[in-house]
Amino acid sequence: MSGGPFAGKAVLTGAGKSQVGRRLGRTGLELTVEAVLRAIADAGLRPEDVDGIASYPGPGVPDAGFSGANVHDVRNALGLRSRWYLSSTETAGQIGPAIEACMAVTLGLADHVVVFRSVWESTAQANRGRASVLFAGGQLPPHLEYTGPFGALSAANWLAMPAQRYMHDFGLTREHLGAIAINARRNAGLNPDAIYRDPMTMDDYLAARMISEPLCLYDCDVPCDGATAVVVSRRDAAKGLPRHPLTVESVGTGMFERATWDQRADLTTMAAHDTGATLWERTALRPADVDLAQLYDGFSFLTVMWLEALGFCEHGKVGEFLDGGDRIALEGPLPLNTSGGQLSGGRLHGMGFLHEACVQLWGDGGDRQVAGDPEVAVVGVGGGPVGGAMLLSTR
Amino acid sequence: MTSYVRPERRLLPSPSPESAKLWTGGLDGQLLIHRCRACGRFFHPPGPVCWRCHSLEVGPEPASGRATVATFTINRQPWVPGFAPPYVVAMVELADEPDVRLVTNIVGIAPEDVRIGLEVEVFFEEWEGPDGKLALPLFRPAGGKR
Repeated sequence: MSGGPFAGKAVLTGAGKSQVGRRLGRTGLELTVEAVLRAIADAGLRPEDVDGIASYPGPGVPDAGFSGANVHDVRNALGLRSRWYLSSTETAGQIGPAIEACMAVTLGLADHVVVFRSVWESTAQANRGRASVLFAGGQLPPHLEYTGPFGALSAANWLAMPAQRYMHDFGLTREHLGAIAINARRNAGLNPDAIYRDPMTMDDYLAARMISEPLCLYDCDVPCDGATAVVVSRRDAAKGLPRHPLTVESVGTGMFERATWDQRADLTTMAAHDTGATLWERTALRPADVDLAQLYDGFSFLTVMWLEALGFCEHGKVGEFLDGGDRIALEGPLPLNTSGGQLSGGRLHGMGFLHEACVQLWGDGGDRQVAGDPEVAVVGVGGGPVGGAMLLSTR
Repeated sequence: MTSYVRPERRLLPSPSPESAKLWTGGLDGQLLIHRCRACGRFFHPPGPVCWRCHSLEVGPEPASGRATVATFTINRQPWVPGFAPPYVVAMVELADEPDVRLVTNIVGIAPEDVRIGLEVEVFFEEWEGPDGKLALPLFRPAGGKR
């Protein structure tokens, strides 16, 4: 337990995940409530003990299935008496509300906050395909005004471009991106909840069809239905609970430039880099102290960004770091995306990484458990102008 | 030089008061980019204030239309019916203000031949948008023939 921004007061006490799958045909609220109730029970609490609730994104994002349920949906469904509640998209990535929950418990606004992220994209898109989400009947939404007319409708396009530039400037190769995808698939094979579990070779990866060069199908995550939740508690309110409380040692919340996908001064960095800078300036821990990393892989290239943004290698050197994939393997020095990430585990959209960090630090990873009783985990989520990070420890 | 065939369809913007000139300047052959009259710098996307010096004295002004490919992607996935892949989406940096980037298409060149650093020039493609006539700024290799 260190100082850090929350003076050691903010801890994680429970984590829960709903059924996760493709086209489950269950409602978003049903899955969300399943995850929320599991997280609360995992913390050894009852719903009436939980006096705070927070979620990303909340209402206002029209994309089909982007949110399975919002804060008030869950409050109403469970009849929660909330002393503090929040939903937000303009925050430090999809785990931003978990960071705000740390603030709330530290300040005494709540004792136990359940934080959830729910997605329902697989069912919502089932009959219309991914493009339907972006195309929405021919009307170009304002946030696509400067990219949509040119057929750049997907984050795959927006992120393929910085990936191409990084490859050009620093010699990153498709095999390096493939190492991330293959690592995710290998870990997914050890995770019974993962979507894609069949082994994948480098040949399989390299043979996959291109989506937006240099990104191929296996560089893109897989939409799914599912929800994840954690319970953030104040340490003094967590006494006697069954789980060893995980200390939130630091959080990364920085964004130093305009929130755009194309105007950042250095095209080979992202908001993740600002997030990383703020994470480490708030703690005495260092990257070398980290035992495992859960780093956003909505696209494989985003994991590249997070690896350097969080200081695991120098700017431009991620290719060397990934070479061969040994460093990021489950038995390597920095086990990465141990549940299969979003590439193979399913697009739980950020909160899945926080959930998995908790599972690993509690030693509940089963076949995919990192050996040696890991004590420190880092979580970094988001891409482009979206970024948030948390540093957790068992100390 | 590869001849360019315009797609059957593009998703067209509904210009805002701030972006209107960007989308219509091309009808008169001009690439109109927001510029700060206090510090003299261009900026994008357009808005009511210069993000660098915070002057409110800003507005669209003609840029040269010359630019360099900062990065690009060959899109292979169909997203819009009537806009068939492959096509090149690029970020181009304006010769007038290198840290102003436009997302655009690079045309008039085989996608496989596009390179980072390629010098390009603007031309305009007219469309009937939801709120009237528009001219999208597209780019092709500099010095090429139509």
